Amino acid sequence: MMPTSLLRRVAPVSAAAFAAAAMLVSPMAMPTEAQAAEQYMAVPSSRVGPFSAMGTGYYGGIIDYMTYVNMNGGINGVMFTWQECETEYNAKRTVECFQRLLTGPNGQRTLVFDTLGTPGAYAVINRMAEEEVVLAQYGYGRTDAADGTVWPWVFNAASHYWSQIGMKLKFMAEQEGGVENMKGKKIVHLHIDSAYGREPLPAMRKITSDWGMELVEISIPPPGLEQQSQWLQIRRERPDWVTFWGAGSGMNATGMTNAARMGFPRERLVYVTFGGAEEDMVPAGDAAKGTFVVANAVPGRDFPLVKSILDKVYGAGKGNMENPDRVGQVYWNRGLGAAVMWAEAIRNAQRIHNKEGQPVTGAEFRDGYEAINMTPERLEELGITGMVAPFALSCEKHDGAGEFRMMQWNGEKFDIVSDWMGPPDPTFIRQLVEDSAGKFAGENNITPKNCS
Amino acid sequence: MADLLFFLEVLIGGLLAGVMYSLIALGFVLIYKASSVFNFAQGAMVFFAVLSFVGFMELGIPFWAALPVTVVLMIFVGMATERMVLRPLVNQSEETLLMATIGLAFVLEGMAQFLWGVEVRRLDLGIPDVPMAWLADTTGIFVSVFDVVAGVVAAIMVIALALLFSKTKVGLGLRAVADGHAAAMSIGIPLKQIWMLVWATAGIVALVAGMLWGARNGVQFALVWLALKALPVLIIGGFTSVPGVIIAGLIVGASEKLAEVYIGPYFGGGIELWSPYVLAVIFLMFRPEGLFGEKHIRRV
Repeated sequence: MMPTSLLRRVAPVSAAAFAAAAMLVSPMAMPTEAQAAEQYMAVPSSRVGPFSAMGTGYYGGIIDYMTYVNMNGGINGVMFTWQECETEYNAKRTVECFQRLLTGPNGQRTLVFDTLGTPGAYAVINRMAEEEVVLAQYGYGRTDAADGTVWPWVFNAASHYWSQIGMKLKFMAEQEGGVENMKGKKIVHLHIDSAYGREPLPAMRKITSDWGMELVEISIPPPGLEQQSQWLQIRRERPDWVTFWGAGSGMNATGMTNAARMGFPRERLVYVTFGGAEEDMVPAGDAAKGTFVVANAVPGRDFPLVKSILDKVYGAGKGNMENPDRVGQVYWNRGLGAAVMWAEAIRNAQRIHNKEGQPVTGAEFRDGYEAINMTPERLEELGITGMVAPFALSCEKHDGAGEFRMMQWNGEKFDIVSDWMGPPDPTFIRQLVEDSAGKFAGENNITPKNCS
Repeated sequence: MADLLFFLEVLIGGLLAGVMYSLIALGFVLIYKASSVFNFAQGAMVFFAVLSFVGFMELGIPFWAALPVTVVLMIFVGMATERMVLRPLVNQSEETLLMATIGLAFVLEGMAQFLWGVEVRRLDLGIPDVPMAWLADTTGIFVSVFDVVAGVVAAIMVIALALLFSKTKVGLGLRAVADGHAAAMSIGIPLKQIWMLVWATAGIVALVAGMLWGARNGVQFALVWLALKALPVLIIGGFTSVPGVIIAGLIVGASEKLAEVYIGPYFGGGIELWSPYVLAVIFLMFRPEGLFGEKHIRRV
């Protein structure tokens, strides 16, 4: 007979493991009344494999919120229904999951697709307009998709990597006593050798050049479990700061342990949003202490919405997380932030198109997404004041606030060490987005949408 | 002088990293010696072993009790592999056995996550992964205490395994089995027991490798990818030589670090992923059986 704690582990994980093994599509819909209106959502999760820590937390947060909304009567009576498909964070499987999840068991087309990863987003991005599905990149993916005139079906509502690198440099400047003190400083951008790792470079090169800094780019071949050569180079370069752009807990934890081996101060090491969560910090042990990580959705359990989900959903035994202690952590709160936007967009779509109490189409959902206006008052109503920055989207502007908060790992949890901060020159970042999107439109004969 | 010291630091770091690669490669050599098959499941065995070890500790079993419990589990895995995977395939081609190990890899990866979950775990062996203070103070060279301990552990395992294969009847039987299953059985060598023993030993080697790598980088799925690091080591050292993988591990570790640091910047960095394979191809051209591998002469 298996010990009770082992059984507790086995039961919830088994679904994910079997799903991965057989690439099954498993209906995860909440029981709803037969006559209740439903809104189908695709959930391309990554619950097994090297990116499982990220996937279980993020999609767990999304599913917990949808469950919570359903337990509170849905969105004007419209209940969420969803299906999961295991991608293992693999671009090819993401495409397969997109095809499998496109239409739900109730015959509805999904409104949204959220790959939780740049490789997957790039793999399906060109299908969005054709299938009329919104690609909701929550702080990842193709940066110039923030230009809604060229990418009408793609959003980056939790802000993108160019804003993020700008914010990091601004934070460093504050630590150094001002931008004027950045002249002559050396910064290493240590990144996974992929498009994702190089994504922030256009903005980073320009800002560091403008500030008179020296930028050294060092790449790590995936999977990144061995980084000794890169950290030896860093030791030789003796930089003032290192920005780390990794993916997967193996690579992320290794970055910090190697920094410790080389005696590089973690208080000078700044991690990307997808590089630093509790699952990345804990395996690195003491080596992680002092490391900075950028947040687009702040972790914590004190937000009223998180408390309410714990009370209602987990209190009723309907929570999605195998380990409820992970509720309120970085990835779970990020998933919650994403799902809140889905619900807000549906609510807006129902209102704009006079369909309250009825399901909406992909095109209507997109209109609702563009109408999202997360004012401080609205964030207060939703119970997530301070968790995400206030922002508004529009037909042209598909990115969020462009603001982040800096966190620092204290050995046990993250301390929030800054207020919401944006890049030093948001106008320049926006121009960079529009130039890049415009170039893409020109190369692909795309006529930008007229938003006026 | 500073340049020379830096070169030495890269070299020493590379050699110590190479020892860690050798530890992974050892498991492959054991299986290859017994069944002439490249065990695709070795990375999965590393993951399964160390995740089970940490999982047992989470159930409340103390460190020193969890270790023998996991060893017993890996012996059981070895026995089950012999009974359910290898025995039905006696006298089948090497390609068939290779495919069987690919299947085994999927089973072990799935089983590990099924039993213990997918969360990343921390494993603290109590060995600090920080530079040796006296060396850093006297020479300015940073060498991790952890790497030195790992090197010593790997050396002990290699000596023990080398003695097992050269000084015991089991080792002799192993070599006979590798040459031909049917021929070995016809002269009374107990094939089943030999296979069982070897797979169990490979499981224990996987556990040690997993503990050292898991303590450095966290116990997580990415450990299955470590097998990629062992392939060039095996090509250079020879698939059948225990001392060979140690020498090859040192060559691969040192060369990839030196290449990354001194040549990498000219190629945009990130060359240590493929530079060991370039070295392996060069070895294949001049010594296809590897440095210490057995030269096979076949009548055609």
